[in-house]
Amino acid sequence: MAYLEMQELRKVFGTYTALGGVSISLEEGEFLSFLGPSGCGKTTALRIIAGFLQPDSGRVVIGGEDVTTRAPNRRDIGMVFQAYSLFPNMTAAQNVAFGLKVRKWPSAKRDARVSELLEIVGLSHAVDRYPHQLSGGMQQRVALARALAIEPRVLLLDEPLSALDALVRVQLRDEIRRVQSQLGITTVYVTHDQEEALSVSDRVAVMYAGGIEQLGTPAEIYGAPSTRFVAEFIGTMNRLESRVADGDSGAVDINGSIVPVDAVRGRPAGQEVLLLLRPEAITLEHLNGKPPEPGGLSGEVTAQSFLGAITRLKIAAENGSELIANVPSTGAQAFSVNQRVVVRFPSDSARVLDV
Amino acid sequence: MKRRMPISGVVVLLIGALYFIVPIACTIKFSVEQGHQGFGFDAYRQILNDPTFRDTLWFSVQLALETTIVTMVLMVPTVYWVHLRLPKARPWVESVTILPFVIPPIVLVVGLFDFFKSFSPDWVLENFVFTPKFLVTAYVVLALPFVYRALDAGVRAVDIQTLTEAAQSLGASRSRTLFRVILPNLREAVLAACLLTFVIVLGEFTIASIALYQTFPVYITTIGSAEAFPAAALTVIAVGLTFLAAAVFLVIGRMGMRQRRRPPIGAAMTSVAPAAGATLGEA
Repeated sequence: MAYLEMQELRKVFGTYTALGGVSISLEEGEFLSFLGPSGCGKTTALRIIAGFLQPDSGRVVIGGEDVTTRAPNRRDIGMVFQAYSLFPNMTAAQNVAFGLKVRKWPSAKRDARVSELLEIVGLSHAVDRYPHQLSGGMQQRVALARALAIEPRVLLLDEPLSALDALVRVQLRDEIRRVQSQLGITTVYVTHDQEEALSVSDRVAVMYAGGIEQLGTPAEIYGAPSTRFVAEFIGTMNRLESRVADGDSGAVDINGSIVPVDAVRGRPAGQEVLLLLRPEAITLEHLNGKPPEPGGLSGEVTAQSFLGAITRLKIAAENGSELIANVPSTGAQAFSVNQRVVVRFPSDSARVLDV
Repeated sequence: MKRRMPISGVVVLLIGALYFIVPIACTIKFSVEQGHQGFGFDAYRQILNDPTFRDTLWFSVQLALETTIVTMVLMVPTVYWVHLRLPKARPWVESVTILPFVIPPIVLVVGLFDFFKSFSPDWVLENFVFTPKFLVTAYVVLALPFVYRALDAGVRAVDIQTLTEAAQSLGASRSRTLFRVILPNLREAVLAACLLTFVIVLGEFTIASIALYQTFPVYITTIGSAEAFPAAALTVIAVGLTFLAAAVFLVIGRMGMRQRRRPPIGAAMTSVAPAAGATLGEA
């Protein structure tokens, strides 16, 4: 049974619809991310769950209880903010103890809980430090410990890593996931960083313009985007305007080049479709003067950028299409700029959307 | 790298210092002159033995304390609330707080008087409006521009929205959030506002004089128009008291800072957040 439910949440600010009837249910212990560009409504949704905003309509249900109109301090929800949320006048331990003091825990039990939480987030050595004596990453760990100390029913994280360095960000996001699984707490995470969302979540809700574009596992979101927005927003995606050439065998016509694509089987010939192709699905072949074999797109490498393990190549196809391909850096020297190549991809690797 | 101050800077600084120091030095010298008998402390003796000196000073200190308390109780929650919930109203509140600069003291006193007289029952008139305590209402208005600005700067320096929401999500009530989380972080701003209010009241002459109450500044003026040497001595005492008040506030502020920077060992589990009442009481 669903533990946290958002039912038809609507919120309008003036003429701007921040949320246009969003419904999602989370199982107990599930980790869900709201992913989307700024202004998509993800933070509004989180603030409605927290109780800092009232929805215009719709309900928030936690553990079978309707909490829509309940004050934020009576919801038993732990929250981690973007930054600067630690109380500057209190040490790390006092910050973590704050919620327990409010709940009138006896001091011995409280101290034990504070030590336990600070140990979980790896900050046992910083108990007596004030926020200004902690790095950004450490501050967010304390904030996480503080939110978890009260044994909340739901944990909310509002872009908790956005103010941190890249390296700390990766470390901390793995740690957030570890702690979350360890405590089995139902979690909603808001981020605009797709890598973050895909790497830590059980499910991701991609949001756009106040609505949910797609809800699914990270693998589904990445591998099978169901809308054009998701396809463009998640990862790098080649988008090729094309037409179904043969709906029986599965082939498309990309500006005159016929290429096999399984996903168009069953579609009427001549139908306009959008072909989606991940850069890592593409393989390249040299074109050494000989005419290309059919089933590929011939073109020329126009740019090369080294990204570490892989090298990203830009290819201008002869039919006018622009493509991006990722190749292992070890073999990338073979494809220098101006090199003539043939682009191929497995017929089952491309996804097709209606135009 | 140490940079030496340019000559022009030294000159400007010197002129500035002279502007303040020369009059005070002259007053001090004048206050210890005894005509043909050389120098001595007769003037001071005369002032300190004058019961009116002690009465008016105590009266002004009381007024200053009361004004400070009333102002803080009114303004701290107001500034906090305006920032948190009514950010759009900020320019309006700001312009309202400037009004005391524009309104002449006579208008302020007469206006307040008429306003309170228009609706107050007799016992309020007798016990408040027709007593010297009524000056507090005018002084609260007078202190507004300074207090608002001091508190506003303090509130801007911390992210009160996030702190408030963090406290709420942890289960804290509104009053707990204000007293345990917000106020301790506005400590310096509140102290600065208290000092300003206190000093304004200690030095306020016009309104007290119009209302015909003998406060300390009114007493200084009376002495000043009658006796030259004691007036100088009184001025020196008044300046000294003002410095003393400022020093007390500074020390209180420093104590808070030290506590925050270097917490005593083992104090981690005890709250350092001072109760707001205590902070206000100290003022």
